[in-house]
Amino acid sequence: MDRRTRVLIGKPGLDGHDRGAKYIARALRDAGMEVIYTGIRQTPQAIAEAALQEDVDFVGLSLLSGAHNHLFPEVARILRDKGGADIILFGGGVIPEEDIPGLKQAGFKAIFTPGTPASEVVAFIENELKNRN
Amino acid sequence: MNSRDTLAQRIHRGEVRALARGLSMVENGDPGAGELLHTLFSAIPDHVTIGVTGPPGAGKSTLLDRMITRFRSQERRVGVIAVDPSSPFTGGALLGDRLRMQSHAVDPGVFIRSMGNRGHLGGISGATRDAGLILAAAGYDPVLVETVGVGQAEVEVAEIADVTALVLVPGTGDEVQAMKAGIMEIADLIVLNKADRPGMDQLEAAVAASLELAPEDRPRPPVVRVSAESGEGLEALWTSLDLLLSSTDPELRRLENTRRILRGILGESGARFGEMLLRSEYGSENELLELISGGSVTPYEAGLRLVRVAERMLEEDENQQD
Repeated sequence: MDRRTRVLIGKPGLDGHDRGAKYIARALRDAGMEVIYTGIRQTPQAIAEAALQEDVDFVGLSLLSGAHNHLFPEVARILRDKGGADIILFGGGVIPEEDIPGLKQAGFKAIFTPGTPASEVVAFIENELKNRN
Repeated sequence: MNSRDTLAQRIHRGEVRALARGLSMVENGDPGAGELLHTLFSAIPDHVTIGVTGPPGAGKSTLLDRMITRFRSQERRVGVIAVDPSSPFTGGALLGDRLRMQSHAVDPGVFIRSMGNRGHLGGISGATRDAGLILAAAGYDPVLVETVGVGQAEVEVAEIADVTALVLVPGTGDEVQAMKAGIMEIADLIVLNKADRPGMDQLEAAVAASLELAPEDRPRPPVVRVSAESGEGLEALWTSLDLLLSSTDPELRRLENTRRILRGILGESGARFGEMLLRSEYGSENELLELISGGSVTPYEAGLRLVRVAERMLEEDENQQD
């Protein structure tokens, strides 16, 4: 068996700032994971469908436009509806502290705000994998 | 076993989650993968596999995106396997081919799967063939395979594809010269992409010159100029592709495919059998390595001994049957 951790990194919504998403994608690759990067300006549905087809363990969303309270839960909802409730969600970007509890309630296991070192995201994923097995 | 049957049935019905799981099983070398393929095998409908290969940055993904649109316009369900390189150091991979095909993500008639090559060197991953069969079993036809950006010798895609398209771009004329022995020979169709760029005439001349050197008895691949980005020349490309696809005999195709599957399986089970023999004769690979470095055995001698053991086993087996 040669199982690799698969992570989809996606950017829903309209902002085109993908530096953070690419930085995380690269760090996860360097940590030995297979990272599917779907690019900017994706609809929640396109991200969710890609996650299901790619059979990923994690979906990480990055957003800097402020529409996270709408778009993040939407991805979670579509994944749940289509049988992907076991996929672990996390998010990052410019997200005010007071929005975090709501996103966690919507199914996001972790929210990383600007300045978070990539190693913290890697540690989060490794920890979740350990808890799952 | 029952859960496998159910997974196979769900794949047959085209359930996305089941199909995605089945693909992961073959990719991971899951012990249940063989059983799953066995269950699906007899019901795999006739289908075509199209390989798209070429150097990095040639525009393979963009061309594939166009190809998906084209087959969708004929209401065919399209399966895609896009292979990217895995890091030889960490095993990680950044799979970005999907980026250029994401416009099809919400189309239920398109299934795209990204794969790391996981150390496999032929330009595809070790699981690409079986993954293609699973997509076909779920009703996807054609199955499109995009290789990692290849150099000169990554020719394995031609082993699994009915038609292989090689994508080249201007500015790679010198590379074409170097490629003529390997990758130029596997192409059934040569696509000169980015036709809007300067250097197209030189590229076409370099391709023509290298095809001059190809063996006489092989059919000359058609050469088509396109711009996948703007759409220019695509109609001519589809005409060439259709012609190639319709000239392959489905019966022959099936037979050839089966022969290759069988050879792959023989290679795998042969390796497994060899390891079993090695353990019974020498204890373990490490113990044999010690004997070899100690000078009492050579690797060749060990190989011959394992073959003799296998022969003796077969003889005894036959004697018992008599």
